[in-house]
Amino acid sequence: MMFAALTSNAGNAPGYLGSDVGHTIVKFLPSAATPMAHSWDTLFFWLIGISGVVAMTLTAVIAILMIRYRRGRKVNRDFHITRKRELWIEFSWSLPVFLAFLAFFYAGANIYVKAFTKPNDPIHIDVTGKQWMWKFEHPNGAREIDTLHVPIDRLVELDMTSTDVIHDVDIPAFRIKHDVLPGTHMFLWFKATRLGTYDLFCNQFCGLGHSKMRGEVIVMKDADYAQWLDDQQVPNSPAERGAALFRAHGCSGCHMGNAAIHAPDLAGIYGKPVPLSNGKMVIANEAYIRDSILFPSKEIVAGFNNDMPSFRGKLSEGEIQEIISYIKKLHRDYRNQP
Amino acid sequence: MSTKPEQVKVQFETLDQQQSADRLGMWIFLATETMLFGGLFFGYTAMHTLHPQIFDKASHELEWQLEFINTAILLTSGLTMALAEFAVAAKRRWLTLFLLILTLFFGAWFLTAKGIEYLDDFSNGIVPFVAGGYHYSGLQPQIAKLFFNFYFALTGLHAFHMSIGMLLLMLMAWLTFRWRDPDKMIRRLRIVGFYWAFIDVAWITIYTTIYLVPR
Amino acid sequence: MSAAVTLPDEPPSYPEEHYLNNGYSLKSWLTTTDHKRIAWLFFFALTFMFLIGGTAAALIRIELITPAGDLVSDGTYSRLFSVHGIVMVWFFLIPSIPNTFGNFLLPMMIGARDMAFPRINLLSWYVYMIGALAIIASLFAGAPDAGWTFYTPLSTQYANDATIIAAVGVFIVGFSTIMTALNFVVTIHRLRAPGMTWFRLPLFVWSMYAVAVLMLLATPVLAITLLMVTVSSWLHIAIFNPAIGGDPLLFQHMFWFYSHPAVYIMLIPSMGVVSELITTFARKQVFGYEVMVFSMLMISIASFFVWGHHMFVAGESTFSALVFSLMTFVVSVPSAIKIFNWTTTLYKGTISFDTPMLYGVSFIGLFLVGGLTGVMLASTGLDMDLHGTYFVIAHFHYIMVGAAVTAYMGAIHYWWPKITGRMYPEMWGRFAAITMFIGFNATFGPQFLLGVAGMPRRYHTYPPQFQVLNEASSAGAVVLAIGYIMPFCYLIWSLRYGKIAPPNPWGATGLEWQTASPPPEHNFGGEIPVVSRKPYDYKHYDAEHGEWQGRP
Repeated sequence: MMFAALTSNAGNAPGYLGSDVGHTIVKFLPSAATPMAHSWDTLFFWLIGISGVVAMTLTAVIAILMIRYRRGRKVNRDFHITRKRELWIEFSWSLPVFLAFLAFFYAGANIYVKAFTKPNDPIHIDVTGKQWMWKFEHPNGAREIDTLHVPIDRLVELDMTSTDVIHDVDIPAFRIKHDVLPGTHMFLWFKATRLGTYDLFCNQFCGLGHSKMRGEVIVMKDADYAQWLDDQQVPNSPAERGAALFRAHGCSGCHMGNAAIHAPDLAGIYGKPVPLSNGKMVIANEAYIRDSILFPSKEIVAGFNNDMPSFRGKLSEGEIQEIISYIKKLHRDYRNQP
Repeated sequence: MSTKPEQVKVQFETLDQQQSADRLGMWIFLATETMLFGGLFFGYTAMHTLHPQIFDKASHELEWQLEFINTAILLTSGLTMALAEFAVAAKRRWLTLFLLILTLFFGAWFLTAKGIEYLDDFSNGIVPFVAGGYHYSGLQPQIAKLFFNFYFALTGLHAFHMSIGMLLLMLMAWLTFRWRDPDKMIRRLRIVGFYWAFIDVAWITIYTTIYLVPR
Repeated sequence: MSAAVTLPDEPPSYPEEHYLNNGYSLKSWLTTTDHKRIAWLFFFALTFMFLIGGTAAALIRIELITPAGDLVSDGTYSRLFSVHGIVMVWFFLIPSIPNTFGNFLLPMMIGARDMAFPRINLLSWYVYMIGALAIIASLFAGAPDAGWTFYTPLSTQYANDATIIAAVGVFIVGFSTIMTALNFVVTIHRLRAPGMTWFRLPLFVWSMYAVAVLMLLATPVLAITLLMVTVSSWLHIAIFNPAIGGDPLLFQHMFWFYSHPAVYIMLIPSMGVVSELITTFARKQVFGYEVMVFSMLMISIASFFVWGHHMFVAGESTFSALVFSLMTFVVSVPSAIKIFNWTTTLYKGTISFDTPMLYGVSFIGLFLVGGLTGVMLASTGLDMDLHGTYFVIAHFHYIMVGAAVTAYMGAIHYWWPKITGRMYPEMWGRFAAITMFIGFNATFGPQFLLGVAGMPRRYHTYPPQFQVLNEASSAGAVVLAIGYIMPFCYLIWSLRYGKIAPPNPWGATGLEWQTASPPPEHNFGGEIPVVSRKPYDYKHYDAEHGEWQGRP
């Protein structure tokens, strides 16, 4: 294996408490490897604790009642209750339950919203799910299959899509997962704070090879990661290949600065809100750019005509990814210019 | 056991109870039918939200004038059906039969016109699921396919319900012709009338969403 | 103390004429419109389907003993869990209590001679059988392999033909569900005995009402969704195919719009059964009857607005995820109230530990665990990690097997004397109930830990660190299987050799106990009974003589 040597020097922190990945020992929660995972653990243990107390208490109450009021035992069984009192009792135990549930909701939503808000200036890694393998592509064009190298203490954003059915990127040690859908882009982000090798699973049934669609995430020191990137043979970065496609398919004829045909300028557009002809606004994210290439008439930028042909069938899924990388690069260049 | 009229089934006490059970059953059945169409409408609305312009443009391929006349025909059949219920309540055998046959006639007219529209659709090349039936040249043919699929699904489901309604009406016409038990006929026609009215309402909803709203 | 009430001195005799000896020919069974006989037809069919689903489950557990895929191929494994899910959900759990006990008891409990539409009731069984035959046909055609959820585009473009045959089978069985539900609602509305007001209905009848409403409104949406899947795959229509502009999430929305209420379709009947069991064996009026009724209705209505909690990490917007999460917490409150009410019912009761009561109490315990873990999954943040893992598997098995099947077994034991006129051996009954409880927890308890450790569901092979827990789970499954086989044997034995049951062996108050065991053809010999009391009025019921004391 190409990466076998690298795996071993990627740091020896275990993925699980008490042992290395792969040994047959009973393990429960994998040890948290991101700040998000730590807050997840806190919430989880709170809820487990509260649930445990509730379950124990109720079990104890039921056991005591069943023993105390068993048939044949001499005990006072006079039971009178007014309707008003009955309703009061019902109310008095419903309200705390309801309030506790609201608190649980709030605590969970807190983590969820954080996880689904895009981070600032992350390292973008393109992820493509395919029956039954994971393809990763780093910003400099380095590609790998089923193994993902990431640097420690850096924000990493996965831009994910699928070429066939629905898959799901699941990294238990980071406590995150998200479905990967064909025809659209989904994202996940994390900031690994612990060196080590962690499991990556496909968590959406995707056909016969589903359980073999496993990989690992290797968290490395910054310097090691840079070294690793350098060691990869990179033909062209995706953005460079995208730029070539952008010219070859004639996109630059209309979408570049002083073109004859009037079309929106794409420099710096990535991530920006775009006004549409129907009065709405969209954010120019991967999904929007992708749609604009495949279904140009779906959302037309305000002030422009629907002149663009669809590139459906003319560009492969990978080529679309490369063009999007190029548009992202345009954005970075645009932002960095004086 | 107290004496019960002959036609009251064993599980009921009175004829009134039995009739109201039949009516309630029909209402509940129509509620489930609403959810059946509702599921399709939900899907259609979701896809329309995704591709509004393409769907609206695709809808222009449909013959809304022809279907406007068709809607009027179907509503007329609803009227004749309602009149048939009144006629049978007045125990007027031949008038009932006449009105039922008229309802059948309008129903058949509607279905024939629908068939003609389907044939037109085929020659216009907007039948995506038949080999060689799809050569739509408008906006985004691939996406417009979705619209046409929903169009055929909704109108097809409706036509299927119409056909069942027609079979029921034929049975009713035959029973009216025989005129064995007028009291029973009143109840039967009321149930069938319910169903026919539902078909009318379902059609008006389809017509509005698929044909009119996109214009 | 084998029964809650001492039996009369002279041994009870078997009635001369009853619904079972009213014709023995096959024709008399296949053309019957007697709701009690139709219940038997369903009982046989359901038991057969349960065996198919159970066999698949057993093979899954055997395969998972080792991390490698050494017993069956990956294709066979996909088929096993797809068949297990499809058969158990649509051909066992959803019809389980409604179509057997609902059919048998509902008319008797409200004091009616039969269902409102007996012929539709029989038709429902035939439609069920056609659906079941389609499923069995799909087994011979290669067996479905896309999971019970039929997720697109896997099911429409990548799965085998048998998947579509199975989808058609589920589509067909939906109509059986609708027919039965329609019958229930009309029967409850129109055929209640004189004096049987809405708030004198036993909670089991209320549960049938709540579940019928769910079935009527949710099942058609499943029907149209599966029809779209079927047609999509036959005619290559693109409604759910993203490659040509369709939307796979649309399928998930429509599927869960049905399938979340479906969870409550499986659960609510068991709540009804357990309410009967607890009150009978605690000999006490259920605590908070009205609140029990309203909480059941609230669950049934609110369950229509929580489907999105299956899609927190599937691509729905953050906002809708939060709304669905909040709604899910809200719908959990009535379930919590019900647990508190059952517990309080025990207070100052006269509790006996007959077999049905053991099932009733194990239901409360297992439902509690299933419910609390459900609350954890309703939290968007926790679901981010737990979604799609064995934690979810364990959670819904605690609800669907721990709660629903336990209640089903409880119902079999509680009403067995009424249905067959015979008693089962009590010691065997208790032994089986305890075995089932232990076996169930041993099977699914370790799966919570597996899920927390991160093991995804539907994995044919798995990393070795999950092996010990998988072995524990499989070992537990052996105990559980023994627990299920025992009643199968001694109940058949009791049909011939069991003690003859009196009309009211448990001294219960329900109308179904006021007629012979087994009941005559139209349930109540001559006139139908007149009701003048609240349900479960044990305070004023002298079970020994079967007489009421005091004013109603």
